[in-house]
Amino acid sequence: MEIKDSKNVWIFAEQRESRLSSVTHELLGAGRKLADDLGEKLTAVLLGHGMRPAADELIAFGADQVFYLDSPLFAKFQDEPFAEALTRLAQEHRPAILLAGATAIGRSFIPRVAAQLKTGMTADCTSLEIDPDKKVLLGTRPAYGGNIMATIVCSERRPQMATVRHKVMKPLERDDSRQGEVIEKTMGENELTLRARVVDTVKEVEDTCNLAEADIIVAGGRGVGNRENFQLVHDLAAAIGGAVGASRAVVDAGWVPYSHQVGQTGKTVCPKVYFALGVSGAIQHLAGMQSADIIIAVNNNPDADIFKVATYGIVGDIHEVVPELVKCFKNGA
Amino acid sequence: MNIIVLIKQVVATTNVKINPDTGTLIRDGVESIINPFDEYAIEEGLRIKEKLGGKVTVITMGPSQGKEVIRKAIGMGVDEGYLITDKQIAGSDTWATAYTLAQALKKIGDYQLIITGKQAVDGDTAQVGPEVAACLDLPIISWVRKIEEISDTAIRAERLMDDGYDVVESPLPALISVVKEINEPRLESLKGKMKAKKYEPITWGVGDMPGFDTAQVGLQGSPTRVVKTFTPAREYNGERIEGDAAQAAAVLSQKIKALNIIK
Repeated sequence: MEIKDSKNVWIFAEQRESRLSSVTHELLGAGRKLADDLGEKLTAVLLGHGMRPAADELIAFGADQVFYLDSPLFAKFQDEPFAEALTRLAQEHRPAILLAGATAIGRSFIPRVAAQLKTGMTADCTSLEIDPDKKVLLGTRPAYGGNIMATIVCSERRPQMATVRHKVMKPLERDDSRQGEVIEKTMGENELTLRARVVDTVKEVEDTCNLAEADIIVAGGRGVGNRENFQLVHDLAAAIGGAVGASRAVVDAGWVPYSHQVGQTGKTVCPKVYFALGVSGAIQHLAGMQSADIIIAVNNNPDADIFKVATYGIVGDIHEVVPELVKCFKNGA
Repeated sequence: MNIIVLIKQVVATTNVKINPDTGTLIRDGVESIINPFDEYAIEEGLRIKEKLGGKVTVITMGPSQGKEVIRKAIGMGVDEGYLITDKQIAGSDTWATAYTLAQALKKIGDYQLIITGKQAVDGDTAQVGPEVAACLDLPIISWVRKIEEISDTAIRAERLMDDGYDVVESPLPALISVVKEINEPRLESLKGKMKAKKYEPITWGVGDMPGFDTAQVGLQGSPTRVVKTFTPAREYNGERIEGDAAQAAAVLSQKIKALNIIK
């Protein structure tokens, strides 16, 4: 799409099981700032089924306008109808910027939208800014496992698209007095293409806590020793209400399932507090967690690389330190 | 069943060294490998072929060193490899790369399944697979951790999500991306290595693909451009907490409780 006439900042309002994902609120926070910098409107696009009330929530969290498209095809995430609906809407209304979460959903179908619109996109951004002179979006993202940061622009085509990491952008406070416009449309099953269809959905994360959305993560590494000792990690997570994470070595050894793996070959997380217990701090692991607000490392090796990124470090035996921590948090935490 | 696996040659990230003055990658003397995620894609292709018969082909795009990753794939048991290489595609971004790969796939034509890795470990974008599917108007199943059923005309697979998994059914042809949970890639066999040594990949330039629009590729045709690279600032003023286990735990827990995050 050409630059001419393109205007406004759009965010894709992600939902899972008809509930807005936390990344949606973060996108509204980030999008609000960009829209204000440009002096334009912030629009949220919600694809769902029977989700009209969520449109008001999007306004309360910062949107000026909501496109709410209702279809039975949107009840579950399916690439083709999602991409087709968003592509058509963008072709019709010509946004300048289109943002989505760098989640399993966003990373799957947003590139399809970008290709259909023949425009550029920047994956997995950790910072978004408007260039004050050229008024273009500057998307900054880590590459090479976090060894390099790259700032990328899409100056000649529109919309400028980006996916944004979880937990990096700050949501606004909810304000139910905010006013906005909701434009509703219903789409029938025959209006959109559907070949790859979801026939079943299974929730699986053991501690019912989505790692990517968790505020606190307690992760264990090889230094935990063995499968039995890994219970220590679960204990601390339970004591402070955190999710359980793991390094690749631990997953490869079969102590916990792959869905808990943090790092370049697992999940990228950005919690408020990240405990690294017996994690040495290999670059691939750091790539997945170093943007956590506070990193706490417990390791018996004072030279472990994890201490280089740790906010607080304890050099000690995790088998002694962790049970003490569990005690402290159970007592009046 | 004709299966095509899209693979990428990358610098082993464990060896990444950054020039502190320029903020760019030091490539000299650094080993290039097949993108680790693509090995799962190759392995899955080989397993499907073992079950249903047919042929596994790999395609890679890039400079002539790409022949080495094709030979590695041949060593694992892949039947054929294409290298798409041309000065005009140098500097292509993900969109232009997807366009180029789609043109090669159109020329090859006869395929039922395209498999990619989850993402490349250098760029980490995970964009090219979905973009290729879009260019060819194919259905896609991303993040496949298990193929439950596959025939010459349809596939049912488990798609890994952030909170569990979805079971997705699709007619073929389709494109899938696979995660590492799906299998354990095999090593090159001795026989495979012998074959790979003598194997000469099929090499195509842009002129070999009918209707290729060079305005869509290379630095000029790419919608995005890197305007700046830098090494992330690591100003961690970490604090060591001293004392025995009980003392250290007490001090740390006070600091965490003070943050008012724990509910």
